[in-house]
Amino acid sequence: MTTHSRTIAQLAQGLRRKEFSSVELTKLFLARIQASQPVLNSFISVTAEHALQAAQAADRDLASGRGGPLAGVPIAHKDIFCTTGVKTSCGSRMLDNFVSPYDATVVAKLKTAGAVMLGKTNMDEFAMGSSNETSYYGPVRNPWNPNLVPGGSSGGSAAAVAARLAPAATATDTGGSIRQPAALCGVTGLKPTYGRVSRYGMIAFASSLDQGGVVTTTAEDAALILREMAGFDPNDSTSVDVPVPDYVAGLNAPLAGLKIGLLKEFFEKGLDPEVEKCIRAALSVYGTLGATVREVSLPNLPLSVPAYYVVAPAECSSNLARFDGVRFGHRCEQPRDLMDLYKRSRGEGFGAEVKRRIMTGTYVLSAGYYDAYYLKAQKVRQLIANDFARAFKEVDVLIGPTTPTPAFAIGAKTSDPITMYLNDIYTIGANLAGLPAMSIPCGFVQGLPVGLQIVSPQFGEERMLNVAHLYQRETDWHARVPESFK
Amino acid sequence: MALTREQIENIAHLARLELKQPEIPVYQSSLSSILDFVGELDRADTASVAPMAHPLPGLAQRLRPDAATEKDRHEQYQANAPQVAAGLYLVPKVIE
Repeated sequence: MTTHSRTIAQLAQGLRRKEFSSVELTKLFLARIQASQPVLNSFISVTAEHALQAAQAADRDLASGRGGPLAGVPIAHKDIFCTTGVKTSCGSRMLDNFVSPYDATVVAKLKTAGAVMLGKTNMDEFAMGSSNETSYYGPVRNPWNPNLVPGGSSGGSAAAVAARLAPAATATDTGGSIRQPAALCGVTGLKPTYGRVSRYGMIAFASSLDQGGVVTTTAEDAALILREMAGFDPNDSTSVDVPVPDYVAGLNAPLAGLKIGLLKEFFEKGLDPEVEKCIRAALSVYGTLGATVREVSLPNLPLSVPAYYVVAPAECSSNLARFDGVRFGHRCEQPRDLMDLYKRSRGEGFGAEVKRRIMTGTYVLSAGYYDAYYLKAQKVRQLIANDFARAFKEVDVLIGPTTPTPAFAIGAKTSDPITMYLNDIYTIGANLAGLPAMSIPCGFVQGLPVGLQIVSPQFGEERMLNVAHLYQRETDWHARVPESFK
Repeated sequence: MALTREQIENIAHLARLELKQPEIPVYQSSLSSILDFVGELDRADTASVAPMAHPLPGLAQRLRPDAATEKDRHEQYQANAPQVAAGLYLVPKVIE
């Protein structure tokens, strides 16, 4: 197998066995990134100098038998995570000039584990988008077909891993932003339980929904990375003080007796019949592994997209109030007065979709509308969470498609925001209920990858990764690489 | 629900966003359709439901001791500010 197609587990082993050095690996991936940029545009910043220094340090550690579990392994970070001394733009003109004075906890933890940062991946502006077309730095293209979107908002991370420009990339998921691009790019995407991974230094979009995670090529790699990323952080008031299990240790537990719930609402109108065939075929693989499948209904789930498009914009309008042109970020030229400074700095710094969400949020929180929209949405959100809780009394995991269709063309859905929002119809429920969920490749439709979604009860990552890993032991969809990037 | 031009201008003012004239009808149309779309929530019977306050019941926000733990790093933080003098952020004159 070519070195760039190896998993993190294999790369970490190769480094310890001195098959290659971290500097060699880092140069290999940096060259692949550079060559791909004109086509894919999956990176906003490439941090070659930082990377080579870190790789040299990792090689010294490895030579002396020290170094963390990821010592010398190159990875990429979504440009939503703050990185000391490196531009952290969040895909926005607003932060085009922002050089972070500190590391996000996720970045610091992966650095401590020995990972080498290659650069910062492209993303929808402030993580608001499902196609990576809202980035100030231009759209990312899908490695399977550059006329198509990679999904979003973590489109740069998913495209980079799919094209083997990095063996893993951090990502974030507020309504599907890890799972949807992972599905559309044919890679593995993991969104942990709300509060499992620290949000400190992860630029906030909707704080009750945002969760950091990772895009990898395999569930085993996702387990390896999550083991390092997860854990309590006093700097995040919603970080949970629950011990981090060894996600890798449980990967091969047998699935005999596993009860899988098939989400009835996911197989109703809108699902591409070819995608459905892939999902049903995956279920039969689980059948051969000893799992049983039963249909479960979550009657309030169809309201998840409307509930999300009240709650998320409301929280976004509040979170993004901090961008005022005073302390950091874009400031307009020659402000007449303070109001002009605020309005023009924000009007110029934010793109069209971010403004749309801020205004939607401002409206639903404004006097006279708060009860009708925001409070109502939070009640529906509770109903959806109750539906999931009821389902998990009967089954161990829920399985269904990640997206209704494979990747779509660039520009196809930009004219109507609702059409774009409906891309996340299957993924938003897990965010509203704070549940862990992942997407793994389960087939192809007309040469484009299809994602299988697995949802678990809160803090059920161990079982979920086990369920994903055993499928990947039986199939090779996850090992497919787009032709131009082999 | 159709929002008027004035309503869009008022929302933009509350959000401290300057909109260019051609942007206003675009937001008028898209915000109106978003509000129609989220209006589907009315279908749900929520009479006896408490609004969700936190995704993790029982593990909700904790408090920390009220103690200073951070070092003063204002110079580092202010390196990102558009305009600073003597450790202060500068803005246009507010009070005559």
